[in-house]
Amino acid sequence: MLETLSNIVQLIFSVSFILTVITASTPLLLAASGELVVERSGVLNLGVEGMMIVGAACGFAGAYMTGSTFVGALCGILAGAAMAAIFGILTLGLAVNQVATGLALTILGVGLSGLIGARFVGEKIVPAAHLDLPLLTGLPVVGRILFGEDAFVYVSMALVIGIWLFLYRTRMGLVLRAVGDNHASAHALGYPVLRIRMLAVLFGGACAGLAGAYLPLAYTPFFIPGMTSGRGWIALALVVFASWRPGRLVIGAYLFGAVSILGLALQPLHLGIPQQVMNMLPYLATVIVLVLISRSRGTAGSAAPASLGMVFVPDR
Amino acid sequence: MKRLHVVAMAAALAVAAATFGGARAADKLKVGFIYVGPVGDLGWSYQHDLGRKAMEKALGDKVETTYLENVPEGADAERSIEQLARTGHKLIFTTSFGFMEATLKVAKKYPNVFFEHATGFKRAPNMSTYAARFYEGRYIQGQIAAKMSKTGIIGYIVSFPIPEVISNINATMLGAQSINPNIKVKIIWVNSWFDPGKEADAAKALIDQGADILTQHTDSPAATQIAEQRGIHSFGESSDMIKFGPHAQLTADTDYWGGYYTKRAQAVLDGTWKSEDTWGGLDSGMVVMAPYTNMPDDVKKMAMATEASIRSGAFHPFKCPIVDQDGKTVECKGGTRLDNGQILSMNWYVKGIDDKLPGK
Amino acid sequence: MQLVLERRAERSNVIAIASPLIAIALTLVTIGILFAILGKNPLTALYVYFIEPLTDTFTLQEIAVKATPLVMIAVGLSLCYIANIWNIGAEGQFLVGAVCGSWLAVRTNGADVGYWVLPVMLLLGMIGGALYGLIPAICRVYFGASEILTSLMLVYVADLGMDYLVRGPWRDPQGLNFPTTAAFDPVASVPTLFSGGGRLHAGSIIALIVIMLASVLLGRTIMGFEIRLVGAAPRAARFSGFNADRLVLFTFAVSGALAGLAGIIEVAGPIGHLDPGVSSGYGFTAIIVAFLGRLNPLGILIAGLFLALTFIGGEGAQISMKVPLDLTKVFQGILLFYVLACDSLIVYRVRLLRSVRTAVPAHA
Repeated sequence: MLETLSNIVQLIFSVSFILTVITASTPLLLAASGELVVERSGVLNLGVEGMMIVGAACGFAGAYMTGSTFVGALCGILAGAAMAAIFGILTLGLAVNQVATGLALTILGVGLSGLIGARFVGEKIVPAAHLDLPLLTGLPVVGRILFGEDAFVYVSMALVIGIWLFLYRTRMGLVLRAVGDNHASAHALGYPVLRIRMLAVLFGGACAGLAGAYLPLAYTPFFIPGMTSGRGWIALALVVFASWRPGRLVIGAYLFGAVSILGLALQPLHLGIPQQVMNMLPYLATVIVLVLISRSRGTAGSAAPASLGMVFVPDR
Repeated sequence: MKRLHVVAMAAALAVAAATFGGARAADKLKVGFIYVGPVGDLGWSYQHDLGRKAMEKALGDKVETTYLENVPEGADAERSIEQLARTGHKLIFTTSFGFMEATLKVAKKYPNVFFEHATGFKRAPNMSTYAARFYEGRYIQGQIAAKMSKTGIIGYIVSFPIPEVISNINATMLGAQSINPNIKVKIIWVNSWFDPGKEADAAKALIDQGADILTQHTDSPAATQIAEQRGIHSFGESSDMIKFGPHAQLTADTDYWGGYYTKRAQAVLDGTWKSEDTWGGLDSGMVVMAPYTNMPDDVKKMAMATEASIRSGAFHPFKCPIVDQDGKTVECKGGTRLDNGQILSMNWYVKGIDDKLPGK
Repeated sequence: MQLVLERRAERSNVIAIASPLIAIALTLVTIGILFAILGKNPLTALYVYFIEPLTDTFTLQEIAVKATPLVMIAVGLSLCYIANIWNIGAEGQFLVGAVCGSWLAVRTNGADVGYWVLPVMLLLGMIGGALYGLIPAICRVYFGASEILTSLMLVYVADLGMDYLVRGPWRDPQGLNFPTTAAFDPVASVPTLFSGGGRLHAGSIIALIVIMLASVLLGRTIMGFEIRLVGAAPRAARFSGFNADRLVLFTFAVSGALAGLAGIIEVAGPIGHLDPGVSSGYGFTAIIVAFLGRLNPLGILIAGLFLALTFIGGEGAQISMKVPLDLTKVFQGILLFYVLACDSLIVYRVRLLRSVRTAVPAHA
């Protein structure tokens, strides 16, 4: 018993475990951050999975054909943004229902990524390079975590910080939040609600595309249709879990990543728990933690931006 | 508006009829395939599709093939299979256990169509079963692993606890134990046939827990990739994954279905098709070991010798006596080895495996 | 010069009827380009996707079989969505209903029991689905936790839970330890309606009854009025004294029950046994059906049949046109986009504005 416990502790506090968690959480963090901005502006885009998977296909295609991870990442970003643009034109330009459009986007995305990626199945590329700074990377413990990972990981962290700064420390961020909370008032004050939302949607698509591209460019350097395996849906859930706040989002993404990895890594330690239950842990953990957090806040109602998902057509 | 609509429809129907009319050519044998995953999965369905293409190449003009991919194993399966039967396909391969009941139902409805179901156990006068004896390859891999491992721990990434997966784990262990009786295996269930990200995570976890040889019963090359990155060795699965692990891959337990598919299609063409149960292994070429690489010559020699003796029938991986996890000797129904029924329905571990199966 | 959207004074009836047809036409033009690049004939596509499935009794029955669970689940979801309650977990409720109903089938398998088995199975399915649906509802009502997250996460939990049961305690003893229950006995199976080998089954009749009941609920009961009011004017609803919490519990319970019913019918009907692969994402596809059907029962019936038609047609396309499944998905996605866009034109019209006005000053 004590030995098992000490095994678990040793496992959790190992650099390798922490790194695995960080890399597993990175695509979630990237996609969820983008979606957070989108939802803060009042738009619910359920097409994250579709945008991610197209980002994966295009990202891999770009990197394979040019030999450059950077070009691949760029392709992923553009692909995600392009998908988001379709969503934006429909929901913002034609006032179409956002939930249905987002779901249709996912179907389209899955199909498109299969078509685009079919040619590249079985090919391999050089995975994204890891940072290797002379003295810093060699530092014990922090060295590899802070200075030894690939660019995607650091971009994801910088992105979240950037989004936080944007939302809470810039005027544009304030306007965006206003648009999300009450689009009628924002419009009355003269702010271009639809344009702001479109920009947010494009940004969300770019992030989702980058998140998707991360998988075949760095995480597992090959392309297989469907390789996002539902991470887009988890990202959506994480935005809700975070109560639309960037700080909470980081906690949520890493929590989910950590529990997922634990669910796998603890299996060989034979704790007597069926493996299906172990694999359930991240989902159960998210629900339980959310319930606990929500309780402490009191039933003051949903923290969602008040105009989330609502159609806005400016009166003339 | 309405009349235009009718005219448009009539035009479309005419065009379609013309297109279809032309297609009803010659006496080509139409062969259908039902895949459970995408053909691009680089694993199970991919290999079946390679088999389909090999058959096409071998039989040329005499066959025309169709495939349906990503067919879910629920209510849709029966419809998909029946659609193939209704559209003139005379030989239909359903390539996953989960299609068993659906295939049987359709087979009963269409007695003039021949059905082949992979990895199942129910048959009918017009329904055969076929599978490959992967455990033969696993035994060899187990031996190689025991020779190559310095830590004495094999890392095994698996999808779902079905008998085939379990018999493969057991075969690997028996092979490994024949070289190193104290070999250990660490198993992680990822609950998916392919989720490259999860397989990579499982690989990393296993390596962190001391495994220095990786093997898997999942479809993607993720684990091989991680092994390459971390400088350890691994075994490919279903397809040759050497591309993803040029220094890591020792060998791979590949499925080769082309020969079987060609044989069965030819049988239909010749009118000699009969319902049977085929369980081919190294001897019939349904299991092919990828070239032995990244190992010293003596290990390679040993592997090839074992392969030869299994192929000739001189040696059987599940030769008795076999002791299970609880220390009991397993009843030996096949004389000197476990019989096929026992292997096909295996849901217990051999001694030395430290994992628990559900429902036990 | 700017294109703007303007709300119509009245919904346009012309567009209401023409919109699906315009959408199909637009899809074909778009897909036509894609098909042409891949060397396929777009008119053949029209025939194969939309018309061919209607020409044969087998495929007609299959459309109904495919649409039945979709419609049932979607009706339940529509009750939630009208009131802005976001149940994303129908997939999980479907699985739990299937499991609960299957329990009885497994328990009585092989024994000589009467015809009471099937109705009780359906009831168990409904109860199971309802209880599972109440979990996110309770989390929202008593803890303020968002039902979007909780209901979605519980889908994965249900999936893994069912996996455990089917691989362990509920395995068919004659099944060579494969993960499937024994085939359900005839008394535990949903009967088919015709003897000609088609799969159309009693579940479709139940689905039609569900639609009628839902219409009555929404149109003629206080609860239905409450649902519609909460969706249209939440503050007014609060002032009227309606209890929002009770509504959350009610809608989740009902939609859970319907999803669970769909689950057990699917398992006891077309599938005939329980195994890990019983759902092909019905819970999520039903969300699309609900919105495509404009959240009303009759619309959902049409939308469900229509979507089922595209699935069947898509299979036909894979077989006769050798079109990869991905192309069918692209086709479905684009079709949905056009249908949704055209539907929007029923409520709004697009206008070309000559002068561009920038900021609209706030009126006092």
